[in-house]
Amino acid sequence: MSDMRELLKLLGELDDQLVTCMRCGTCQSVCPVYGQTGREADVARGKIALLEGLAYKMIHDPAGVQDKVNRCLLCGACEASCPSGVKVLDIFLKARTILVGYMGLPPAKKLIFRGMLTHPGLFNSLMEWGARFQGLFTRPASEALGTSCARFATGVLGDRHFPALAKKPLHAIVPSLDTPRGASGLKVAFFPGCMIDKVYPNVGQAVLKILAHHGVGVFLPSGQACCGIPAFSSGDKRSYDRMVDENIARFAGGDFDYLITACATCTTTIKKFWPEYAEQSDQKRRDALDALAAKTMDVNAFLVDVLKVRQDGEAGPRDLTVTVHDSCHLRMSLGITAQPRAVARLNPNVELVEMKDAGACCGCGGSFTLLHYDLAERIGAKKRDNIIASGAQVVTTGCPACMLQITDMLSKAGTRTRVCHPVELYAETLD
Amino acid sequence: MNEALKKDFAAIVGQENVMESEADRFSYAYDAAVLEPVMPALVVRPESREALGRVVKLANENGLPLCVRGSGTNLSGGTIPREGGVVVLTNALNNILEINEADLYAVVEPGVITAKFAAAVAARGLFYPPDPGSQAVSTMGGNVAENAGGLRGLKYGVTKDYVMGVDFFDVDGEIVKSGSRTVKCVSGLNLHGLMVGSEGTLGVFEKITLKLVPPPRSQKALMAIFDNVNSASEAVAAIIAAKIVPATLEFMDNFTIRTVEDFAHAGLPVDANALLLIEVDGHAGQVAEEAEQVEAICRKLGARGIHVAKDAAERNKVWEARRAALSALARVCPTTVLEDATVPRSKIPAMMQALGDIAVKYRLKIGTFGHAGDGNLHPTILTDRRNKEEWKRVEDAIDEIFDVALGLGGTLSGEHGIGIAKSKYMEKETSRATILFSRRLKKALDPKGILNPGKIIGE
Repeated sequence: MSDMRELLKLLGELDDQLVTCMRCGTCQSVCPVYGQTGREADVARGKIALLEGLAYKMIHDPAGVQDKVNRCLLCGACEASCPSGVKVLDIFLKARTILVGYMGLPPAKKLIFRGMLTHPGLFNSLMEWGARFQGLFTRPASEALGTSCARFATGVLGDRHFPALAKKPLHAIVPSLDTPRGASGLKVAFFPGCMIDKVYPNVGQAVLKILAHHGVGVFLPSGQACCGIPAFSSGDKRSYDRMVDENIARFAGGDFDYLITACATCTTTIKKFWPEYAEQSDQKRRDALDALAAKTMDVNAFLVDVLKVRQDGEAGPRDLTVTVHDSCHLRMSLGITAQPRAVARLNPNVELVEMKDAGACCGCGGSFTLLHYDLAERIGAKKRDNIIASGAQVVTTGCPACMLQITDMLSKAGTRTRVCHPVELYAETLD
Repeated sequence: MNEALKKDFAAIVGQENVMESEADRFSYAYDAAVLEPVMPALVVRPESREALGRVVKLANENGLPLCVRGSGTNLSGGTIPREGGVVVLTNALNNILEINEADLYAVVEPGVITAKFAAAVAARGLFYPPDPGSQAVSTMGGNVAENAGGLRGLKYGVTKDYVMGVDFFDVDGEIVKSGSRTVKCVSGLNLHGLMVGSEGTLGVFEKITLKLVPPPRSQKALMAIFDNVNSASEAVAAIIAAKIVPATLEFMDNFTIRTVEDFAHAGLPVDANALLLIEVDGHAGQVAEEAEQVEAICRKLGARGIHVAKDAAERNKVWEARRAALSALARVCPTTVLEDATVPRSKIPAMMQALGDIAVKYRLKIGTFGHAGDGNLHPTILTDRRNKEEWKRVEDAIDEIFDVALGLGGTLSGEHGIGIAKSKYMEKETSRATILFSRRLKKALDPKGILNPGKIIGE
């Protein structure tokens, strides 16, 4: 589609949603991006006004509007605080798709989404080669945090401190699993997601260790695809649909009671977006997505609310101070805040200390940090300062993307605060 | 706007603080009023007060209409710019310059957020009472320019009661000083009084000195349920007649009660015709005594049920219902028109009756809630501005609401301002001479008419 009339028609279909914004501006009080820039086009009200302006031909620059609509972490803070209940995330995801339909996808994203993420096998091999050769292009930055930074100035990496790609991704360590129900009488499917598979396989291993310990059977099919959110949030609904299809093929027939992820973003995507954005699917596909969504749970919530894991055995010394960062996709999209804390506390050494604004976004926002690193860094700096001020030895969060961003921020500040997932803290205490 | 002029603005505020793309400019074309957007030619965001003054001067030298904008939460179009004009943002000027505990005042830059200011003051054991509904985002400059009110108006007054001084730029960018840090001050004309509620038409605020008070030591909240609006209004009058001034005395009509209950499931009585939400504050002994008196008065005047909050959690629940009012109403229809015509409090029954009649006559959904203690009601019209036929009825209904309010000896706006939305009614409330006097005043201070032209008094 490169036809302006078609663009206006599609934006017009969003009109019933756009019109619900009463321009009260409450979103300004919670938006992390606006908090940094103070610019109206960076906050939900401004973006909605721009989409309306475009739809009603009051303005005529789709590229300018697209640029603004993309400057958003999709953290959902505005939606959670909106007095008139505007479905902001829904509007932005659809608008991005519509605008990409008109403007086309940038070449780099086309290569990543259409060339790589929709082909899990190829993606895996490329990343394995990447892991093998990454030392050529990066040098160690922080030994404590295990981060690296670019050896040469590069466009995308900039001066980031990032954890290296794992030498051995999770799918190489545990290619697949199909174990029977044990003492718990339960069986779960495990969806590691790209970040855990390729950067944090240790988190995936911790999950598997805990599940085995509690007698939970595991279904882990090989050849899982990305959950699709990087493509969808970039407006590439076509690639998103293909990734979802790949995953339906892997999971839909499986025998399991719950589908577990340890990634807040994957959980939100599977639980909320998969069924919601299936409007053009046939009944069979919709049923499959509804069924998967109904079974999908965050691992922390599963351990606390379903398995009812409680700390038994002896009380520990409680001498490891841990602070919890509430990932936006856990807190705002799924309402999960108590469970990651409870899981961390399963470790008898852990003493929780709350940081200021634990629920404030870390600034990652998936590909937001790739495209707007300066902003992501400014938002992340606040998070970093609050973590350091808490005095905790460890910061833990139920989202590997947050882990990556927080690790970058802490590493650059030269601190030795450990960054981990709550399940790692618990798994450490199991034999 | 020509490139040379843009460069001049960039030289003052820095290129990174000049916004000229279509998308950036369009995002400053509106505010929270239901009015058509108007595109400015340029938007600038000075990061120092000195730069703000130079922006004003440059705009005046070039005869450019200048609209000062804080957070753009205005409900009467006061921050909708003029075509081809300049929008100047104050949100980078957000420093609290001083909080003085000995002399009970604070000095702030215009872009300080109201709620952040109130919290900073509270952290020092003091109290800044004005609490407009938009306080989480509104700026102090905007509050002063609009003379913002809030729930505590009855006992604590509104913004104007806390403005001790305003330093502002005249159109030449020179600083005019007015008011003082002292309780008493009769030096010179009361220029800061003139600035309060001037909606950006007479000067541009540089810094503001605000009065602080000690916080009340305790509070008690209660909810009284009435079967008819008249007895609720009589209760309001009787409470005041008993020499009790509650900190808040809020009202919700049946439509609002039902909508809030649908939305929040707070256990509100959906068959009640009026709810009064009352809070008394002060010394613990006085609070207990006044709460008992208020309860007795409400019962005597026919309240069929009274719920007294026993602790902070219950108190919170009472106010949650009130806070949910606008949210709940706003979800019913796409467009929410929030009016604030205000009448003497004894005229509330008449006003409520008239609002009911107007809803029927124009076939509109109107939910009314608001500050019963000070007669400031918020009839909230729920509509869809895309429906042209219905929108015409909305406009006619608003005209009639204003006619009724003025007929009852009330005013067009209790706290939202006149802006462009209500300027056409101003002469009805005042007189031709008032408008001409105001215009002459403006002409003398702003000969080229650059300061937020068209607002309040037209042109």
